[in-house]
Amino acid sequence: MILPAPPLNGDRMKKRFRKERRFKFYGILALSFSLLAMVALFSTIIDKGVGAFRQTSITLDITLDQDAIDPEKTALRKTLAAADYNTPVKKALRALFPDVKKRKSKRRLYKLVSSGAAYDLRKAVLENPKLIGTTFAMAFPASADVDLYIKSQAQDSTQISSDQAGWIKKLQSSGRIETGLNWRFFTSGDSRNPELAGILGALVGSILTMAVTLGLSFPIAVAAAVYLEEFAGDNRFTRLIEVNINNLAAVPSIVFGLLGLSVFLNFFGLPRSAPLVGGMVLALMTLPTIIIAARASLKAVPPSIRHAALGLGATKLQTVLHHVLPLALPGILTGAIIGMAQALGETAPLLMIGMVAFIVDIPASFTDAATALPVQIYLWADSPERAFVEKTSGAIIVLLAFLISMNALAQWLRKKFEIKW
Amino acid sequence: MEQVVLGFLLLAAAVAVLTTLGIVLSLAFETLRFFDKVPFTDFLFGLTWSPQTALRADQVASAGLFGAVPLFTGTLLISAIALGVAVPVGLMSAIYLSEYATPQIRNIMKPLLEVLAGVPTVVYGFFAALTVAPLIRGFGENIGLDASSESALAAGLVMGIMIIPFISSLSDDVLNAVPQLLRDGSLALGSTKSETIVNVVIPAAFPGIVSGVLLAASRAIGETMIVVMAAGLSANLTINPLEAVTTVTVQIVTLLVGDQEFDSAKTLSAFALALTLFIITLALNVIALKVVRKYREQYE
Repeated sequence: MILPAPPLNGDRMKKRFRKERRFKFYGILALSFSLLAMVALFSTIIDKGVGAFRQTSITLDITLDQDAIDPEKTALRKTLAAADYNTPVKKALRALFPDVKKRKSKRRLYKLVSSGAAYDLRKAVLENPKLIGTTFAMAFPASADVDLYIKSQAQDSTQISSDQAGWIKKLQSSGRIETGLNWRFFTSGDSRNPELAGILGALVGSILTMAVTLGLSFPIAVAAAVYLEEFAGDNRFTRLIEVNINNLAAVPSIVFGLLGLSVFLNFFGLPRSAPLVGGMVLALMTLPTIIIAARASLKAVPPSIRHAALGLGATKLQTVLHHVLPLALPGILTGAIIGMAQALGETAPLLMIGMVAFIVDIPASFTDAATALPVQIYLWADSPERAFVEKTSGAIIVLLAFLISMNALAQWLRKKFEIKW
Repeated sequence: MEQVVLGFLLLAAAVAVLTTLGIVLSLAFETLRFFDKVPFTDFLFGLTWSPQTALRADQVASAGLFGAVPLFTGTLLISAIALGVAVPVGLMSAIYLSEYATPQIRNIMKPLLEVLAGVPTVVYGFFAALTVAPLIRGFGENIGLDASSESALAAGLVMGIMIIPFISSLSDDVLNAVPQLLRDGSLALGSTKSETIVNVVIPAAFPGIVSGVLLAASRAIGETMIVVMAAGLSANLTINPLEAVTTVTVQIVTLLVGDQEFDSAKTLSAFALALTLFIITLALNVIALKVVRKYREQYE
């Protein structure tokens, strides 16, 4: 049936073109929305987080009384370690502001300096006992509230009382307040005090966990991929494995955590909160990612390579190990790095196996209690103190820096070793 | 020698099967123990979730209530919001990138979207709790609506952002797989570009798009950190996106983090929830694969 052509009515064409423009506009709108979300996400994190890399310190003139610290002049480490270092810090503060008399105002004065000041002083004395009996200037971390107050441009903070603000002004004008690079953030473990908290513990925990993950998942994944690509026949068992790998890739990560909890912890009795168990759980989780990448990479090696090797008398295994696998290795490594980047950002399964405790010490072995960087972020995000928002964002910046460099490395590997057959 | 190595390779390949087996067995075992204490129907159809078992036996509600319906609705509500954001945005992004954009724009935008996919979920959770939730609350107050500080909307919105790259990259693949001949034919008959896309390209790519959406849904349902940090703990039976709801994954985390005794119904209920989650995501996955296989148009 031939319909009479509709008249090429100008209005109708205009309408259709308007529709066309609208459709295209929706596409641009959708892309802009994603971009906007990304900009909002990153600018929020960076805006809140850069402050974490700077720390305000207050310089005090400390006088260490021989009689107060070590009256018998034993110079024993034990005596020095047990001495009271709070008093010298408080004294130094009082010496700067002699007109502060009331008990409550004194307490507010002491709060300018972090409660970790005494630990710092103790550490300095233990390193250099000659300080005892002398007066010297030493920089102490400011308390979190003061730190935030100094770092925020507007200098309006509800956490600072008016007399504290006055003292801070005086300290600033006498050059006792300085804001510098926050080394402590990179060199110390977790703490209840935001100004003392650092990410080193979580970072080491993450590195230990990743080491276990890589050590387990890489060989297993490569072996599995080699088996499936080079040796397996097309039978039911092979298909069962393939279906399993594809399904595992879609299992929610938290389910792997429960697997770890009930099998690794409860059944095999492995230690809770340990990077060993975390690494094992994450290894199972990243296995499908690496297997799929490795198979694609093995598949890309042309059959002529295999035929040539076999034709020269190599066994099947020699062919694979000497020729196919080395050629496929860059692609496999790329997949492995991407899998590791996923594992590094994973939080939920680690919560299930107890890597979510408050841990001050830097973990030293695979069985020590530890947390990981993303879990530390979660823990800090949960903390009520305002100053932890800054630390959380700072830790996120560090985590994202790791992830971005890992992905960049994977891209570079792919480009550098890409072979066009 | 060859035999030994081959045996090792086979064993490595079997790890995937063993893992699945481990998941199913461990979840099923604890779940059966849970159903010894709490009837199956109470769990699946009960309307009240309050797993707190009392310290003393004579306290009120000492047994705890394990009706999981509020958790299911909460999960569905947040996932629906997430998909409501991600499906239109992701699909339109993919259409624009594959049909309209110049190669330069494509080369810039695709990696940028992938960056969004690489951001850890804990970061999204922090963003949702710190920025989006207060924003929604403030906006709600301005227009006279009472929004909870841990609203389903905040969690769903941010989860949607997380899923956008997932949907856009899957749709991009299927849109590109539609042969150019179909587009040329439609354009030659006088259709505009958008008419071609809506009437020819999308119908041809539809099974692939549906399968992508199902995979995205499975990802949204199983997502944990965003909802743990932004959705809250109160098991409200509601579909109001401004209220706080809780999800299956949030409850698993709250039940299992910290000290646990392994014979209480409270702890065991987490395994029942996880098994439900596992079955649902697995089913979505299987259906997604089936859809592609069954309805795929063959053009060769």
